[in-house]
Amino acid sequence: MSEPRPDELIRKMEHKPHQKGWMDTPVNIRKGMYCYASNPKSVEYLGLPNARAWNPLDVDWKLPPDWQEIIHKGFRERLDKFRSFKIFMDVCVRCGACADKCHFFIGTGDPKNMPVLRAELLRSVYRNDFTIAGKILGKIAGAREMTIDVLKEWWYYLFQCTECRRCSVFCPYGIDTAEITIMGRELLNLLGLNIDWIATPVANCYRTGNHLGIQPHAYKDMLDFFVEDIEEVTGVKVEPSFNRKGADILFITPSGDVFADPGTYTAMGYLILFHYLKDMGLDITWSTYASEGGNFGFFTSHETMKRLNKKMYAEAKRLGVKWILGGECGHMWRVINQYMDTMNGPADFLEAPVSPITGTKFENARSTKMVHIAEFMADLIKHKKLKLDPSRNDHLKVTYHDSCNPARGMGILEEPRYVINNVCNHFYEMPSNTIREQTFCCGSGAGLNAGENIELRMAGGFPRANAVKHVHQKYGVNMLACICAVDRAALPPLMDYWVPEVGVTGLTELVANALIVPGEAERTTDLRGEELQGKEEAEDA
Amino acid sequence: MNINYLASLIAVIVLFLLVYVGVEAAGLRYFFGVLLPYLAVIIFIIGFVKKIVGWAKTPVPFRIPTTCGQQETLSWIKPAKIDNPTTGSGVFVRMLLEILCFRSLFRNTKMELREGDKLSYEWEKWLWLFALAFHYSFLTVLLRHLRFFLEPVPGCVKFLESIDGFLQIGLPGIMISGIILLAALLFLLLRRILIPQIKYISLASDYFPLFLIIGIAITGILMRYFTRVDIAGIKELTIGLVTFHPTVPDGGIGGLFYVHLFFVSVLIAYFPFSKLMHLGGIFMSPTRNLTTDTRATRHINPWNYDVKVHTYEEYEEEFREKMIGAGLPVEKES
Ligand code: SF4
Ligand code: SF4
Repeated sequence: MSEPRPDELIRKMEHKPHQKGWMDTPVNIRKGMYCYASNPKSVEYLGLPNARAWNPLDVDWKLPPDWQEIIHKGFRERLDKFRSFKIFMDVCVRCGACADKCHFFIGTGDPKNMPVLRAELLRSVYRNDFTIAGKILGKIAGAREMTIDVLKEWWYYLFQCTECRRCSVFCPYGIDTAEITIMGRELLNLLGLNIDWIATPVANCYRTGNHLGIQPHAYKDMLDFFVEDIEEVTGVKVEPSFNRKGADILFITPSGDVFADPGTYTAMGYLILFHYLKDMGLDITWSTYASEGGNFGFFTSHETMKRLNKKMYAEAKRLGVKWILGGECGHMWRVINQYMDTMNGPADFLEAPVSPITGTKFENARSTKMVHIAEFMADLIKHKKLKLDPSRNDHLKVTYHDSCNPARGMGILEEPRYVINNVCNHFYEMPSNTIREQTFCCGSGAGLNAGENIELRMAGGFPRANAVKHVHQKYGVNMLACICAVDRAALPPLMDYWVPEVGVTGLTELVANALIVPGEAERTTDLRGEELQGKEEAEDA
Repeated sequence: MNINYLASLIAVIVLFLLVYVGVEAAGLRYFFGVLLPYLAVIIFIIGFVKKIVGWAKTPVPFRIPTTCGQQETLSWIKPAKIDNPTTGSGVFVRMLLEILCFRSLFRNTKMELREGDKLSYEWEKWLWLFALAFHYSFLTVLLRHLRFFLEPVPGCVKFLESIDGFLQIGLPGIMISGIILLAALLFLLLRRILIPQIKYISLASDYFPLFLIIGIAITGILMRYFTRVDIAGIKELTIGLVTFHPTVPDGGIGGLFYVHLFFVSVLIAYFPFSKLMHLGGIFMSPTRNLTTDTRATRHINPWNYDVKVHTYEEYEEEFREKMIGAGLPVEKES
């Protein structure tokens, strides 16, 4: 299958809904827009229901005979357990304020990608099953029965939502369609209707500690490669430690950065930073067991999220560290910031985090005991603990993409900007409606970063790419910085598609480029092996 | 023609005929003037309380506020105290702005694809403006109506009327709130009918309250400015209702009043079972009314339960050889 060209994709973005009502427009599961079904082995490994091979394009989805009953009961149970879900089912006035805020609606023009309608897919069944008006008036009250077609529609559109929460910023009642998607996906999982790009990473993570299924020895090997690369660029030999008991701090970061470019350079950045700080009193260890910061369980169910997340505290306890430092990742930080302590706390075996270098007490993390690397680095820079040469990033004109979860599920907006401004000389913001709490998703979050749904991803990432294009054309921006591992995997192809010539980097990579490490050789390239500005001429002369 | 607004319009017309014929032809004045209003209020109270209690009883397992500004972290970074509130007072102001000023709606933008491939997001204030106009004018009209239920009429109600009627044109003086109410209703209705996306998402239950309130507004305006109604008779009835000595004055009041009253009764009774419950929901929305200090203070989930996890021991058991081979520390040597 060949994906549509950018201009073809734009032409498809008609934002005019069909003449027929949405309830009368059946779902059309289209290639390029959906992800493959979960591998039964992965579902089975986790002990989740209805593990079997199935294909979304088949008529028969091999559901249990009482699937309607399962959905109904599951719905009821979640209404009783989550006030958010109940209120969001009840109070939407369909004002439409959220409609054109979703990157998937903007990029696909499909009216069922308006957050309000995505929610109505569930709400219509809610009315039918649980409200008086719906029971009496039926369709006129916006109610409809749960049929196999409705189920397929749920599946298709709930996996066209990246749970980015942009819609919830604009809703007058704070209705968070991401929350509704989360509930909907939980219900789908009761029938074994996950996608493989989520199910298999989850199973991997459960078994090996990380989404990619990297086993402990291989994990160490991969970091050892970085050690060699770092020595090549900087002349400095860093020495990470693993699973080390008695360390002060445990470091947890998404495994994606260990695995693939350009995230690898961010991982190298961590290694360089920790090496730099070692003599200043940083005593930190990596873990192969808790070798995943991200949590695709979050895209499966609350329970699965909890099962995967539990490792973080368990490993911190086993190793006897004082607190945990977390790397750059988006949804990981939503989980840590809003769920972890509640689910798997209290972490009373840890201490309230204090930076061993600056003495800063991270009051904001005193209960969770987990600090974000951007907070940690901003504090270091503020206290002038890092010797930096920002000119080593002069070949880069940088803009910054706020990842959805850190922006709207946490609010870490200034720290990364402060860091960038201290390690780069050329920083340009994208338009204000596309950053900070109004930031646009990469289009591939919440487990949708697969290959088979590339059209969906390119369409959903269009608003983000469009804003990058703006600063690319206006200021010559050539580097898009972010603090999310999914971004680092998802944005490069998005840039190639919409704004070629713009690269993608993590924050810590930029820091490591600028960081003057004692004993280092003069750097002629950045971590990627690209010539530094001024160096070429110097060499030529 | 769209079945959704047609159905709602027809429903309101049927209601109109029902009461008009009921009062004018069948003389069911007591039924429409006393019994139904009482019944509506009872349904409203029970329904409203049940809904709120239902929400309130449902746990809030996780603290999931939408953060719309800088978090509180390092002392030298200025936090967004209202949009990312870590304290109760921050939440209070956030909620106040949300409820009184429709702050989130104020952010509204309109997306457009320009010059072929450039996305733009323009500030879209009209929905916010008319929503605000609708709610405040409706509230004013409601408060003005207290004069029908209180004797003597309190000073504050008279004061409100004097502000509302500041234009001082015509006789009886024009009340600006009624005009704004009707204009805002028409705006809200027209955008549902004319903007394709909004039309697409609109249900009959979105049009119905609009038509109903338009009906209420029109009958009210007709009574006030265009037909002669027996104000004293009406007040006798309304006072009778609130003092639980209901009486229906003979003749004089006229069918129009009963239509007005009936529409109001229907609206009240319909309220708890409809989206109009956003009135209560807005106070309880977990993405808005919770503090964001989630890493500083532990939130308790009342139904938190233990889950099956893959322990370190199981992990080491599976990979021990490889770990030892790679020089990784292990708990048990074999
Ligand atoms: S903005 Fe909120 S109330 Fe309006 S349509 Fe969207 S979800 Fe419903
Ligand atoms: S959470 Fe994001 S992707 Fe999902 S409906 Fe809302 S805006 Fe769209």
